[in-house]
Amino acid sequence: MSDAAAPPVRARGLVKRYKEVLAVDHIDLNVCAGDVYGFLGPNGAGKTTTLRMALGLITPTEGSVELFGRDPMRRGARALDGVAGFVEAPRFYPYLTGRKNLELLAALDGHGAATRIDEVLGIVELAPRAGHRVGGYSHGMRQRLGIASALLRQPQLLILDEPATGLDPAGMRDMRRLIRRLADEGMTVLLSSHQLPEVQELCDRVAIVDSGRVVYEGSLSDLRRQGGAGYRLRTTDDARALDLAREQQGIDHALADDNGLGFQADERAVAALSLALGRAGVGILTLAPELATLEDLFFRLTEDGDGAGQAPSAVDEPGASDVERLVPTR
Amino acid sequence: MSSVAASPPATAARAVRTRGPSVATVYRWELRKLISQKRTYLGFALVVILPIFFVVFQNVRQSHDRGGDNIFAAQITQSGLATPVLMLLFLSVFMLPLAAALVAGDIVAAEDGNGTLKTILTRSVNRGQVFGAKVLAAITYATIAVFLSAAVATAAGVVSWGFKSVRTFSGTIVSAPEALLLVFASNGIYLIPLLTVAAIGVLLSTATRNSAAAVVGTIGLVIFLFILAQIPGLEGIRPYLLTEQFENWHGLLRTPTDWAPIAHSAWVCALYALPALFAAYLIFLRRDVAGG
Ligand SMILES: Nc1ncnc2c1ncn2[C@@H]1O[C@H](COP(=O)(O)OP(=O)(O)OP(=O)(O)O)[C@@H](O)[C@H]1O
Ligand SMILES: [Mg+2]
Repeated sequence: MSDAAAPPVRARGLVKRYKEVLAVDHIDLNVCAGDVYGFLGPNGAGKTTTLRMALGLITPTEGSVELFGRDPMRRGARALDGVAGFVEAPRFYPYLTGRKNLELLAALDGHGAATRIDEVLGIVELAPRAGHRVGGYSHGMRQRLGIASALLRQPQLLILDEPATGLDPAGMRDMRRLIRRLADEGMTVLLSSHQLPEVQELCDRVAIVDSGRVVYEGSLSDLRRQGGAGYRLRTTDDARALDLAREQQGIDHALADDNGLGFQADERAVAALSLALGRAGVGILTLAPELATLEDLFFRLTEDGDGAGQAPSAVDEPGASDVERLVPTR
Repeated sequence: MSSVAASPPATAARAVRTRGPSVATVYRWELRKLISQKRTYLGFALVVILPIFFVVFQNVRQSHDRGGDNIFAAQITQSGLATPVLMLLFLSVFMLPLAAALVAGDIVAAEDGNGTLKTILTRSVNRGQVFGAKVLAAITYATIAVFLSAAVATAAGVVSWGFKSVRTFSGTIVSAPEALLLVFASNGIYLIPLLTVAAIGVLLSTATRNSAAAVVGTIGLVIFLFILAQIPGLEGIRPYLLTEQFENWHGLLRTPTDWAPIAHSAWVCALYALPALFAAYLIFLRRDVAGG
């Protein structure tokens, strides 16, 4: 039975194996009501495969995923009540017009979806081309039609797999605005994306997957705080300051560039460095903490040790050890 | 994307309570998809052009060969109602199975080709409903092909040679209205093996996920069975070959009506069609939609 309090998405021990490829390797996900949840990972990490399992398109090898407490494997289309979205590029009947495609899908939705066709065409600004066959649509137009077809269902949970792929800059901006607005209206969004700035702007919680495993799940702010003990320093003598920073215990990744030097450290090491600079007669111009960008963290999580994009089964350590790499050692 | 305000999302309770669409709805859209595709008309053209061509050719020919080994060929210019029978004799062997296979073999695989299976299976319909609608659409198409061909052959024959009585296989003369009834009943009986061909087409369409492979496979099977029937020493299996059932309707055109081949074909065809449909159903229900 569905349960009003059940979370929009709850995956437990999700595994998908294609012959020798372990596409998804024991993934747990928790998307809560109202989340704009970013689902990140390099190519081949298993994002699309996970979303296909969530939508009931493929059968998990192990584990289960529930949408609002309903398992698509057991409840069929019922599990998708209140859920809409698409994986990879949305696909339509090329020999039907955009509007006819939506009419067809609305008929398969029931619940009065057909009455919303004009509205959703307006939202994605496709109304002028709705009478043309989809076979002649550009990639971005199909992407917009995909969004329109999802909105027909008036979902509470919207699952989008790289929705901005192939959109022009204005289209990407509009997509971001639309997602923001839908979220503000109370929709939960599960968004797989390679656009890290977009995720940083839109999402409050993220899961980062690599080689079929979750290497981080939690709030974006926690992630940035964990990885974020970075500092930027400008002094009267940057070369000398760099030497001192490298000698100082607890200071890592010290590098000089045009804007002074950057390094990672805990607060105690920063205090020690400032005293050392003073003793050496180097004046501090600025010393400011700097939060790591999502991009920095993404690369640190997915490129350390095992190579990204390799066979997922190449990962041996549990995901927790990857998270530990983010936390500065004291 | 414009800033037109979207309606607030439906509440979970409302979404769960209201009813989803029925198989009839999915079926109607399957038919609409067929109507929008060229291949639909190609199949119809295959089974309509031959009767028209035949009648036109017979009309322009000066002398008619009154002999021939077929009783309906022999009386072709004496009654327009001999034409649809003769056409069913010709078309039942290959053209009508080809037309049926053209759509049945495509009906599931086309969704794989377009990548639209994921599109329709993420709406409020179950896989069983989609499958049922597709099978019904394939059946509808084959049925229309048969009766369309019969109607065109009848009309062309009657226009050329009149609405007159005909002699049946057993030499008995039946009145024109009765002959017309028999023509359509024969086509109806012929649907038993033809819909079996469609069922096999649906199975291959589901299993191969490739339209061309499914259509060619279905027709290949028909040809294979024809060849099998010709192999000396295999006479024992002939009555159980699907292709032998293509003649099941001959019994209707005898006096008294010979029901035995009709009843025989019904259970032989069921032995082909039901397992094929059941296997296709299971494959469709369980398959991974990993493409598209
Ligand atoms: N149908 C399939 N058959 C075999 N292997 C598959 C299949 N689908 C996915 N895989 C494999 O599973 C792994 C995960 O693929 P998936 O498409 O889920 O990655 P992704 O995270 O969505 O990547 P991208 O960012 O490129 O979209 C890959 O190694 C891929 O080759
Ligand atoms: Mg993907």
